Amino acid sequence: MFQSIEETKTVGGIRFGILSPDLIRALSVTQIVIPETYDEEGIPIRGGPMDRRLGTVEPGVRCETCGNFVTLCPGHFGHVELARPVIHPLFSKNIYTLLRATCRVCGRLLLSEDDIENARRRAKNLEKRWPLLKYKYGEAVAKKAVKNTTCPHCQAQQYKVRFEKPYTFYEERDSGSVQLRPTEIRDRLERIPNHDLEALGLDPESARPEWMVLTVLPVPPISVRPTITLETGMRSEDDVTHKLVDLLRVNQRLKESVEEGAPQLVVDDLWSLLQYHVATMFDNELPGIPPARHRSGRPLRTIAQRLKGKEGRFRGSLAGKRVDFSARTVVSPDPKLSINEVGVPIEVARVLVVPEKVTVWNIEEMRELVRRGPSEYPGANYIVRPDGGRIDLRFVKDRNAVAEALKPGYIIERHLRDGDIVLFNRQPSLHRMSIMAHRVKVLPYKTFRLNLLVCTPYNADFDGDEMNLHVPQSEEARAEARTLMLVQEQILSPRYGAPIIGGLHDYVTGAYLLTRKDTLLDKKRASLLLFEAEYEGSLPQPAILKPGPYWTGKQLVSTVLNGDFNYEGKASICRKCEACLKELCPYDAYVVVRDGSLLVGALDKNSIASQVPRTLLHEYLRRYGVEKGAKFLDGLFKTFIVYLDIYGFTMGLDSLEVPTTALQEIEKLTNKAEDEVEQLVERAKKGGLEPLPGRTLEDTLEQRILEVLSRTRDRAGELASRFAGMGREAVIMARTGARANMLNITQMVAVLGQQSLRGERIKRGFAGRVLPHFKWGDIGPRARGFVYSCFKRGLRPTEFFFHAMAGREGLVDTAVRTAQSGYMYRRLANALQDFFVAYDGSVRTSEGFLVQFRYGEDGVDPAKSDHGEPVNVEKIIREVMAEKGG
Amino acid sequence: MGTRKINILEHELVPQHILLSEEESVKLLKRMGVSKRQLPWILASDPVAKALGAKPGDVIMVVRKSPTAGLAVAYRYVVRG
Repeated sequence: MFQSIEETKTVGGIRFGILSPDLIRALSVTQIVIPETYDEEGIPIRGGPMDRRLGTVEPGVRCETCGNFVTLCPGHFGHVELARPVIHPLFSKNIYTLLRATCRVCGRLLLSEDDIENARRRAKNLEKRWPLLKYKYGEAVAKKAVKNTTCPHCQAQQYKVRFEKPYTFYEERDSGSVQLRPTEIRDRLERIPNHDLEALGLDPESARPEWMVLTVLPVPPISVRPTITLETGMRSEDDVTHKLVDLLRVNQRLKESVEEGAPQLVVDDLWSLLQYHVATMFDNELPGIPPARHRSGRPLRTIAQRLKGKEGRFRGSLAGKRVDFSARTVVSPDPKLSINEVGVPIEVARVLVVPEKVTVWNIEEMRELVRRGPSEYPGANYIVRPDGGRIDLRFVKDRNAVAEALKPGYIIERHLRDGDIVLFNRQPSLHRMSIMAHRVKVLPYKTFRLNLLVCTPYNADFDGDEMNLHVPQSEEARAEARTLMLVQEQILSPRYGAPIIGGLHDYVTGAYLLTRKDTLLDKKRASLLLFEAEYEGSLPQPAILKPGPYWTGKQLVSTVLNGDFNYEGKASICRKCEACLKELCPYDAYVVVRDGSLLVGALDKNSIASQVPRTLLHEYLRRYGVEKGAKFLDGLFKTFIVYLDIYGFTMGLDSLEVPTTALQEIEKLTNKAEDEVEQLVERAKKGGLEPLPGRTLEDTLEQRILEVLSRTRDRAGELASRFAGMGREAVIMARTGARANMLNITQMVAVLGQQSLRGERIKRGFAGRVLPHFKWGDIGPRARGFVYSCFKRGLRPTEFFFHAMAGREGLVDTAVRTAQSGYMYRRLANALQDFFVAYDGSVRTSEGFLVQFRYGEDGVDPAKSDHGEPVNVEKIIREVMAEKGG
Repeated sequence: MGTRKINILEHELVPQHILLSEEESVKLLKRMGVSKRQLPWILASDPVAKALGAKPGDVIMVVRKSPTAGLAVAYRYVVRG
């Protein structure tokens, strides 16, 4: 690392305290008294809130205190001598505790000498190791002290102190309630000895309690509240300045009144007004008092408002800053892009720049870019000379001359162009795949384009999602992005030990349709599909020669696979037969790839999908690495959707056609269920139902009914799926795992089934019945939310209502769940953020503490593991055996 | 209840704890490149530490079963308490 020659200092610690009046005066460069900003000529008034000695914000004017111009003058504090002390509103809670915990006469803590000594010692001990606990402990001590009604030291009787938010205190004396004036409060706080404060966990050195009652008010420097000059030449003061003017005006009047000996009533009025102004200068959203307003009626934005909330200093300006070299727009899909690419609109590419050094080798190219300038697309926006001077090409009249003047060593800030590395991000950035590096592809129109396969890691869809793009500016940053963050490097996720990028929806359907047994392709189609896969060799031997050359879909996949690739596994369409015939599977549900040939089995979710471990895709990635894996995803996967296009895959109502015989059977089934439930209810009424252990009779009945109903739904589903073969599009999608499942199809063609609220049958609503359509006390299936209809035929009104109830619950649940789990995740991520796996495989914190001696105790990288296991012994044995065998 | 002393170190749910000698702990710290305080801590009043007779400043080696690694070794620095 570089070592500065200048003296370096290290921050050893930081201590927060309360400014004492002496310190405020010492920090101040001048007293501020006059409640006016500028005189008639527009010169700041000396002794006013815009006093020149408080620093300068106008360019070209030297600061009267430090002699610097705007850029170097840090600003200087002034002060106001308050005519009467006022409570600091943000400390009123602390004042309240102190007033109650200490004696109103002698100022001692309301505990015995021994207790005080004890508490003091413990607080001091706590400070050494758990400094934050000290304050909690102090609170406990104060709580104990409050209970004493007589002072153990001077025996004085203590009265109850009442606190009225935000800054008024009353004492409930025997004679009645009396308001405590800030002067009185300050006197009491002054009497508390340092020794007793330590027992309360306070540090009298940095925070004497009487400093919580202000006698002197610091005036923030002008640089904190700069004047804004509008285009019209009108000057507009900062809200804090406005507040200061008000405050000074009241302070002046109060001072005069006191000096003139005005009646107490008048003084008190002005006093409370001063208190209000001071309070609102700190925080204009204090509960219980009206916010101070601008002339226009807009509440003033004072100090607390600047810091607080989403747009405040912390969340808005420090934790979340706007950055240069970035762009944001809507995303849309482009299946023809590589997964490593991102489509960038020309308009964006013209604004975002990459600094490129001029060398003897690229000087002509750079000259051309400069000549083209900022508005013609592949051009340049700026030139940086070796001396650091910048030339803005927008304002250069003769770009040719500038281009000729280029010499090696200059830096050209050229437009973004194809192949540049950029970072692409979608919020919320919950895992590392939320920010990945892409190669730029400059495209027309106004959206960012991305390959559909990267939707999973970003969790993006195209219903209006926007994404951010950042352009790394240094060679190091670009190299790092390319080697560590490129999409292909993120395919294998540490989360599943499986690829996070892989086929989904149409890709899965397409893969199945292409590779199932009866797919035959003529020469034209086969060539087209192989072209999409970026295959450049010759066509393989056709599988069928008569009546003409035809290729199978499996053959096409085989052409793309490597010659030494082997894989075996069950497909998603597997019927889960009792004895698996493996490669002899009559349903083509067992995938075998031998020596790069897809011999049997149709590809579906269990072969190519993302987030599923041990698939064909996963094995391919592990075997050949991500570089080839990315090509596999770009090429073969494209053929899947292109084939789907050729096939013309579409789902219509005919997909849900069920023969009338089946419908009759379903009706029989539901009738039977109704009877069964009726019998159950009858039995329960007569007492013939044996309660299940640990349940009441009602519970038992409810459970038995649920059993009957769910059995009915399942049966109906079976019936429906018996008539729903692979000829139907909906079934293809469900069985291959592309989208939906058989249950959804059942709901469409047979019965919707039980609707539930909080896991129970719907039972809330009117007294004794859910809806007025039912008889009182009816607990039959229909009255409690069992829907006999299916989506295809349509729901009855009551059924529809039940369905809406359950649907609404689902909606609310998702909303609540995402909010809760989001916050939970945030806390976890914040707690773990400075842990890292060190080079020796141990997990350490940024401060060097050891957390785990070996990551996960076995040191296995889950992304490189086999679904969490370091090695898959079975697979290795199989591979070795296969090698030996042939 | 009975008054018989049970040696908790022999209980099957208590992983194996071994008190390291000074040289061994120095060697360990050297290998990990950390100071003693940067190891995870164990209180001297912890039943296992008491059973071993460990004093503040000692280092205890813990060998325990791990679902991922079979056997995993960890170390604890004994602190006052």
